[in-house]
Amino acid sequence: MDSALLIHRLHFAFTATFHYLFPQLTMGLALLIVVLKTIGLRRNDPIYNQAARFWGKIFGINFVLGVVTGIPMEFQFGTNWSVFSRFAGGVIGQTLAMEGMFAFFLESAFLGLFLYGEKRLTPRAHWLSAIAVFVGSWLSGYFIIATDAFMQHPVGYFAAADGSLQLASFWDFVLNPWAGWQYAHNMSGAAITGAFIMTSVGAFYLLSGKWTAHARIFIKAGVIAGCLFSVLQIFPTGDGQGKMVTDLQPVTLAAMEGLFQSQSGAPLVIVGQPNAHGKIDNPIEVPKMLSVLTYRRWNANVRGLDAFPKRDWPGNIPLLYYSYHIMVGLGTFFVAVMAVALLLLLRGRLFHARWMLWILMLSAPFPYIANTAGWMTAELGRQPWLVYGLMRTEDGYSKLVSAGNGMFTLLGFMGIYMVLGIVGLFLLWREVERGPVSGHESASNLHPATEAR
Amino acid sequence: MASLWFWIVAAMVTTYVVLDGFDLGAGAIYLIAAKTNDERRRVLRAIGPVWDGNEVWLLAAGGTLYFAFPQLYASSFSGFYLPLTIVLWLLILRGIGIELRGHVESLMWQDFFDVIFSGSSILLAVFFGAALGNVVRGVPLDATGYFFEPLWTTFKLGPQTGILDWYTVLVGGMALVTLTAHGSYYVALKTDEDLGRRARGFALLCWPLQFFLTFSSLVATYFIRPDIMVKYGEHPVGILVPIVVVGSLGVMLWANPKGKEKLAFVASSMYITAMLVGAAFALYPVVLPARDHRYDLTIYNTAAGNHGLSVGFVWWTLAAVLAIAYFVFVYRMFRGKVRLGEGHY
Repeated sequence: MDSALLIHRLHFAFTATFHYLFPQLTMGLALLIVVLKTIGLRRNDPIYNQAARFWGKIFGINFVLGVVTGIPMEFQFGTNWSVFSRFAGGVIGQTLAMEGMFAFFLESAFLGLFLYGEKRLTPRAHWLSAIAVFVGSWLSGYFIIATDAFMQHPVGYFAAADGSLQLASFWDFVLNPWAGWQYAHNMSGAAITGAFIMTSVGAFYLLSGKWTAHARIFIKAGVIAGCLFSVLQIFPTGDGQGKMVTDLQPVTLAAMEGLFQSQSGAPLVIVGQPNAHGKIDNPIEVPKMLSVLTYRRWNANVRGLDAFPKRDWPGNIPLLYYSYHIMVGLGTFFVAVMAVALLLLLRGRLFHARWMLWILMLSAPFPYIANTAGWMTAELGRQPWLVYGLMRTEDGYSKLVSAGNGMFTLLGFMGIYMVLGIVGLFLLWREVERGPVSGHESASNLHPATEAR
Repeated sequence: MASLWFWIVAAMVTTYVVLDGFDLGAGAIYLIAAKTNDERRRVLRAIGPVWDGNEVWLLAAGGTLYFAFPQLYASSFSGFYLPLTIVLWLLILRGIGIELRGHVESLMWQDFFDVIFSGSSILLAVFFGAALGNVVRGVPLDATGYFFEPLWTTFKLGPQTGILDWYTVLVGGMALVTLTAHGSYYVALKTDEDLGRRARGFALLCWPLQFFLTFSSLVATYFIRPDIMVKYGEHPVGILVPIVVVGSLGVMLWANPKGKEKLAFVASSMYITAMLVGAAFALYPVVLPARDHRYDLTIYNTAAGNHGLSVGFVWWTLAAVLAIAYFVFVYRMFRGKVRLGEGHY
């Protein structure tokens, strides 16, 4: 591989992966904060507003890190992938500009009001500002997914005389069916991150015997949302996304599943390592399951990698295979954990089941891993294409930006992001340590009724 | 259609410089004008609720530029690879400088973020000015429509230019002084007592420098690009630009000592607008001049397809109306002099 190409790919992969650690929590928490604020407003119960304020602080720190790591993303299309930008900008420029115009203005205007304006606003207006932040962050997600969906499955375009792609139909492009499934799947994944983090902090408080009234609210909201979205993550959104890949990127499906030979009644590989000879070592398989999942028939023929020319195979099949299997494995784990937790919650035993609280507390990193692995599956699976079927990745990077200059900026980003990561973790940990209520509030405002429950 | 988008992007960039310019300028004077922790917190409170929204104008302008002129976006962003990446780093540092400072009550923590915030604000102002200098001077584009500029070569205006040469450094200096003055007027408008007085003093100090740099950079531009100054002869409406520039400089000089902070700030905004509109007016329809004018990028050879541009105009108008409404609302919410109390920073 050309070393400049490798550097530019690593550059985007590193900055995008690091960036997405923050928006997934931003989007997930935005939803849960709206839920907390709504309950607080309806029941007129201060403890829910305290809970919302606490998560607002976490949200604020996380949001800043998401914003500052997000700015480079928009610029990198031009700096590192200029040939691609020139080729596809006539189409994807639409959604990227719309993200700035519709989502960023909305978010930035109302985030300040939400975080610092609670005393200046009426409770209802403050609740509305929380909703505006939620809408802004979820809109932003759609525009990015629609951009990615065009790269996965280009629609609504025509090729102009100079070879560039131009918009033919706005609605076909914006309502790309790929974007619909991918958005649902991605946002559900973000909600899972939010739910697991909220549950985890609640479990930490209960286990250490602090802030127990607030902790119960966190766990209740987190487990209910976590259970709902973990199920939605698999069905219908994961299933729908899988069927899109089956129909539109069959070679990606074969690589993800580790299916080297085409066969009818293809098995589903649960565990195993793809080896250099086109086989899975140490396989644990469910017979015929892949045929059922893809085509809904026991003996359906599923095309393996051998059905496609080698130059159209995704470049890094083992990494793609592992990303996909880690995502699916963790997704299954989320359903199991949250189902057990919900059962215990409904029977009124969750808050005393220390073993389960331990599991919930320690599960916090897994949604991050699953979401990252999911994005790696989507983007590695798209290879060797930058725009599927239209432009190859090796043709899209900035030819005049040398590997040396690319490495310089990549190393710079790594250094800055390392500092951001450490500072961010430190501040988030500090907020968790401080707890949801500051000293003087806790004495007067703690709700006896909720405490006793 | 492409002409319309040229002026839309120019208007968005101008809005960005006027709005984010005052918080960059506030950052530039921050370490010296605001001496105590209380004063520093007041400066941060003055820009805190709005800086992120102001910066969105840069992102939105970048996005709109990408959408309307994809070929310009591709050429210029990859050609300005190094300075743009450094600008991104500075924006990151500045963002955390403002937002994370107030989270920990510790002198060391605050010192650290104070320096990051102020230093990155100063460097950003210089880089933005140098960027404008590059766009006026022209870059080494060739027939492929791409170029790559190192940060500097010999600091002379040869055929292989760097980002920084004597001309772009001059424009960078002018930008720094202009935005420092702009930020000082804003801080004077939003604060009072010693802090407000010091901000006014800063603005007064900037004025002769600003006057001198404006004049010398215009003369330098005339020598480097005599061809674009011709525009002002061809279209008499262009005469408005120097009138507004001189007029607003005069108003600033008069209003500041009289304590008319709002008027001084408005005049400074007018000055920035006139300078940027003047540059856009002189360049049009070229969007990025080449050192060899055969390879100039213009609105004609960089714009996106017509259907896309027409569709875009519909949603852009809608979004712009909404954005302006949010801004009016937020600025009204946080109007008046800053008082410490609720909230952080």
